[in-house]
Amino acid sequence: MKDISSRALDLAESLGASYADVRIVEEKTESVSVKNGQVEEIGDRSSQGAGVRVIVNGAWGFAASFCLDGNEIDRITALAVDIAKASSLVKGEEVVLSPAPAVKGSWTSPFEIDPFVVSLDDKVSLLLGADEIMRSVKGITLTRSEMDFFRTKKVFASTEGSFVEQETTESGAYISATAIREGDIQTRSYPNSHGSDSAQAGFEWIERLDLPAHAGRVSEEAVALLSAEACPSGKTDLILDANQLALQVHESCGHPIELDRVFGMEASYAGTSFLTPEKLGNFQYGSPHVNIAADATLPRALGTFAWDDEGIPAQRADIVREGLFVGYLTSRETAPRLDQTSNGSMRADGWNRIPLIRMTNINLHPGDMPLEEIIAGTKDGVFMSTNKSWSIDDKRLNFQFACEIAWEIKNGKLGKILKNPNYTGMTPEFWGSCDAVANEKSWRVWGLNNCGKGEPSQIMHVAHGASPARFRGVRVGIGK
Amino acid sequence: MIDEKQALELVEMALSASTADQSEVVVYSSDSALTRFSNNYIHQNVFESNVHISVRSIVDKRIGYSSTNRIDERAVREMMARSVEIAKRRPPNPEFASLPGQSDYPQAQPFSEETAHLPPEVRARSVATLIERVREFDLSAAGSYATSGSLVAVGNTLGVRAAARLSEASLKTVVMGEDSSGYASAISNDARAIDAVKVAEMAVDKTLKSATPVDLEPGRYKVILAPEAVADMIAFLAYAGLSALSVQEGRSFMAGKFGQRIVDERISIWDDALDARTVGLPFDFEGVPKRRVELIADGVAANVVYDTFTANREGKSSTGHALPAPNPYGPLPTNLFVGEGRSSASSMIASLDRGVFVTRFHYTNLEDPLKTILTGMTRDGTFLIENGELTAGVKNFRFTQSILEALSKVSLVSAERELVESMLGLAFVPYLRIDGFNFTGATRF
Repeated sequence: MKDISSRALDLAESLGASYADVRIVEEKTESVSVKNGQVEEIGDRSSQGAGVRVIVNGAWGFAASFCLDGNEIDRITALAVDIAKASSLVKGEEVVLSPAPAVKGSWTSPFEIDPFVVSLDDKVSLLLGADEIMRSVKGITLTRSEMDFFRTKKVFASTEGSFVEQETTESGAYISATAIREGDIQTRSYPNSHGSDSAQAGFEWIERLDLPAHAGRVSEEAVALLSAEACPSGKTDLILDANQLALQVHESCGHPIELDRVFGMEASYAGTSFLTPEKLGNFQYGSPHVNIAADATLPRALGTFAWDDEGIPAQRADIVREGLFVGYLTSRETAPRLDQTSNGSMRADGWNRIPLIRMTNINLHPGDMPLEEIIAGTKDGVFMSTNKSWSIDDKRLNFQFACEIAWEIKNGKLGKILKNPNYTGMTPEFWGSCDAVANEKSWRVWGLNNCGKGEPSQIMHVAHGASPARFRGVRVGIGK
Repeated sequence: MIDEKQALELVEMALSASTADQSEVVVYSSDSALTRFSNNYIHQNVFESNVHISVRSIVDKRIGYSSTNRIDERAVREMMARSVEIAKRRPPNPEFASLPGQSDYPQAQPFSEETAHLPPEVRARSVATLIERVREFDLSAAGSYATSGSLVAVGNTLGVRAAARLSEASLKTVVMGEDSSGYASAISNDARAIDAVKVAEMAVDKTLKSATPVDLEPGRYKVILAPEAVADMIAFLAYAGLSALSVQEGRSFMAGKFGQRIVDERISIWDDALDARTVGLPFDFEGVPKRRVELIADGVAANVVYDTFTANREGKSSTGHALPAPNPYGPLPTNLFVGEGRSSASSMIASLDRGVFVTRFHYTNLEDPLKTILTGMTRDGTFLIENGELTAGVKNFRFTQSILEALSKVSLVSAERELVESMLGLAFVPYLRIDGFNFTGATRF
């Protein structure tokens, strides 16, 4: 790999690049899914290639190829230079990178049981077992379960002398049961919806999720929802379960703190951000109960690494401190505009994409109260769990989330279940209404492997630590 | 990017290594470039060359999948062997009947070599032209200009051999003023048809007209939806229920409704990848020829799209809508059309005493696939209509609305239609007047 990277970097410099980096990436994935008692898919995929990123005349160019042959590396390097020259025809200010010391080394994410060594028979058998339990509940129409495993080997080298190798292994799984009756469709999932709950771990993560132990409950709740009352409309106190709060953090905090969004670089696609630079250190994002940090060093979380895709060492940065907005996710290009240096948030989805500012592990710190105490202190409200759908405006202010299930809270106790719950709000007001975050006992890290951004589209694996939290006077039951 | 001959040679090489009862090989190759701009300059500019080969092997009704982007003989043989090994590790699927057999194919759409390999300086010049026009109004442009050439080849052990190339050029922009924005786009299989000045002027017009937006109370409004917004809604409708798989699994609004009116009679929706007004392949990812499928005809639930597996279940033929295997979605329509009406967009605006004009939606998502309840925001050109004219920009709304209910309240359909990108591919759709659309919230801009 060193031969390939040196060849590309030397050529880029000789063609006039003031900076160049190359990433050589090899990815391997395996997926197993079961639907309604049948194996839906067992498949593996592999992909490899190299991407060369250059600065010429103060502008960016990037070219990538699946072929690691020396001549092809020369071709894409020269093409990256030509592309950068084309970019410089319509140039803004010259690209200036924040300083970064050259780094060398290697890092491998830990795992106990190599998921690619565990037999397919064991994987299929585990899912079929959970599926059978789900289907044994009367009234269930559809069942689906899935496990996914990812291994990524990545080399990063730059003309500044960096050369690092990293290897990550990720594992995830989920189950879901759907009940359909007379125009009503209700789904329950475990441990989370939309694909899987993943971690930087091996097959031990799947074993710890213990899918069969939750299969019966998931089905029973889906069937019970068919007969449940709809979540009422109005303003009420809302307690969000940690799996939903993780997505709330993702959409209403994680994306608006991406400094490339703030500077308009995503304006034509995902949008910009309400967290404009003058708000840094001066804006009350939430109540004093709200403390959020970006932490790329959190063991076993999907957003963890040793160096980002610009060679910046992983770090932890405060984002919201006692409700005050204090930090962004930054890159070497964007940080200098705030007189900062990069805090290491650049990652690319594979060899064929440029790095963008991506969430690492954006965590809502646990509070002091046990969840039971928060519920006991709620006279009239709703407890919602597990995301069903999500939507937020292009500056990340107005959001609306639907959840799979809710429970009524009356006089400090969870009561009957409610179907089709949803809630809406404006980001600062919503976080400003937070008056309790549950303590460490109910805090855990949720792995999301479907975060989309950029053109061409990139999907990133990120994580969010969260425990349940309470929000006062939230509008629920929209569109009923 | 490899050509059809090279791709089919790769298919033959892979199939010759098959030890399964049946095997299907798909080769996908592309050269794609994208020039991205914001704040009136190019800030990202990328190119990618990739070849991907995948196999589906069947052994005693057991199906195994494998794929790689290494195309040397050893890697391809390893992939073929791996798919068989995987197949043998799973229980049989009794519902699997067969891969499709040999077919004749409609002619592929014209392929523009120039578009597929448009030099970066040509894309940059087009972007410069767009930005120059936007700058004349002291506005700021963001957007992207993407060009690509792609190839799909499919072969199987039953004799299917299909290969076709596609070229595509797509220019999009969001033009931003101090407190308003406007969106416009153009897409074609030939870059020569992309008019950067026209795209710039359309977006500028919306930005200027929506400046100083007013607050409007959320509520139920008569609306004119422009093609981008219509396409978003129709794509979600197709995703929710216009696949045979969703009907067979009972999660489609079409289930039990065939032959019944489900939306206004002015609405007809079909899928047709062969129509020259869209960009599509002549066959699907199983090598089955694409067919035009009437999905909703004059408001009546008519058909859904099939792949070989879902068609076999009902004793029908595939309509040529298989996605790359494996996938959890089943067949989907990716070249949607909505039938034209007789109105013009301007006469539709003129027809309203009071209403809202929506250029496009943002971050739409289904809350209930059976009731087709969709939520999302408006974006980049939302206007108040008063006395038949656009009188002011409006701060953006959140809507929470059943798509089927909205399509039941259509009172006017435009004669003009536009080709726009959607989450399911492309859609060729008109403007719609809808007499009752639920805006359930609003934002601050």
